[in-house]
Amino acid sequence: MIPQDLKYAKSHEYARIAGDEATIGITDYAAEQLGDVVFVELPEVGRELSKGDSFGVVESVKAVSDLYAPLSGKVVAVNERLNDESSLINDDPFGEGWIIKIAPSNPAEANEILDAKQYEELIGG
Amino acid sequence: MANTLEAAALKTTPLHAQHIALKARMVPFGGWDMPVQYSGILEEHQAVRQAVGLFDVSHMGEFVVKGEGAARFLARMVPGDILNLPIGKCLYTQFTRPSGGVVDDTIICRQSDRYLLVVNASNIDKDWAWLSEHRPADVDMQNLSDVTAMIAVQGPQADALMRRIATSDITDLPFFGVADGEVLGVRMTASRTGYTGEDGFELYMPNEQAEKIWNGLLEAGKDFGIQPCGLGARDTLRLEAGLPLYGHELNDETTPIESSLGWTVKSEADYLGHEEIARQKAEGAGKKLVGLKLLGKQIAREGYAVYVGDAPVGKVASGAPSPTLGYPIATAFVDAKQVKAGDQVEVEIRGKRFPAEVVKTVFYRRSK
Repeated sequence: MIPQDLKYAKSHEYARIAGDEATIGITDYAAEQLGDVVFVELPEVGRELSKGDSFGVVESVKAVSDLYAPLSGKVVAVNERLNDESSLINDDPFGEGWIIKIAPSNPAEANEILDAKQYEELIGG
Repeated sequence: MANTLEAAALKTTPLHAQHIALKARMVPFGGWDMPVQYSGILEEHQAVRQAVGLFDVSHMGEFVVKGEGAARFLARMVPGDILNLPIGKCLYTQFTRPSGGVVDDTIICRQSDRYLLVVNASNIDKDWAWLSEHRPADVDMQNLSDVTAMIAVQGPQADALMRRIATSDITDLPFFGVADGEVLGVRMTASRTGYTGEDGFELYMPNEQAEKIWNGLLEAGKDFGIQPCGLGARDTLRLEAGLPLYGHELNDETTPIESSLGWTVKSEADYLGHEEIARQKAEGAGKKLVGLKLLGKQIAREGYAVYVGDAPVGKVASGAPSPTLGYPIATAFVDAKQVKAGDQVEVEIRGKRFPAEVVKTVFYRRSK
């Protein structure tokens, strides 16, 4: 399942851009590869991220993986529900399992990352 | 391309096609292409704690040791009390080096005419070479690893499930008993052993019978909530139960005493490594394996440093979330002088220190 309206990083984060806000999470494919997510380390609200910065980690039973910012911007919200319900990332990665929201500082970057078709090729190939 | 070549070199068990059909996620493990999970590690873990889980562990090695000198030979190779092992019982022990380090750990099942040694998949060649090197002329050894499939049935419902499909030679086995009997009409060896901390059986059969037994267990197990389980759940289950994993809690440079397995060292025979192991058992060792209960949610993984104040006192051997207990657990080798049960220590996780309580390595014990 690859939503057509999102942008994707090669490191499997997605960005849903709406107005001056972008919701960031990890893709269904990434969540499935990780297996059961048991802990998410979230950044502080207000932190300035550059595209490619590590902004947190997800821990599954077997492994820990860094989360990378697909776009530059300031963190305006984090999904606090993940503190107690990290399984939302497995159950609904593109919806309730979102991770952070940022205010993009360089909206043009969205054109530098993958669209749905390119992401599909990445994980299919 | 590299991946294709790597995959081609991996060995597969006789149940490989079943795993693919069950949509397992396959991973390389000890040279084998093995299922790490089917529906999910947490769900599989709970199935074993609450109902029954089915594991393909055909990658494990099986050696048969026979002959007049068999008991004497094994008594030279292991610190467990092999000379007092009765027919029909199994023993958990290790193959030790003259230094006291551990070549591998093993379950030895004594049957009327033979000892069956079950060894770790990744150590089959090493163990075979080690035993062959020390084998006297009056001992015969056979390596049945390539022709033997092994299936584990584990959980509180394992007994009820097996009573439906196995003969009483098997279902009446006591804990750590071994016998030959029939499962679904197929003659095989079974032991009441496992690697999960639950009641259960391990079944050893010719490769050709594995598919029939696996499918038959899945079918008969439906009434008991059976769930196929991969290596992921096997690891979290064994860690909760305080069961060591070679390469983590055991290795060539660490004695069974340092691995906090002193309770398994009972032999009075002159086994390899006896001098050092007996000395450590009497005087204590410099390092020891402890359990860690993490007080936060971060998982302490292999290799992470353990601190008391600003002093590094050891390293994590294994770490995982404990699905049964609801907090992260770990084992760690620590300086025996500086750390004891009940102490609070810190584990460095991604550059920050997080508190943990030092506990015994057995985190979970089933209620009888």
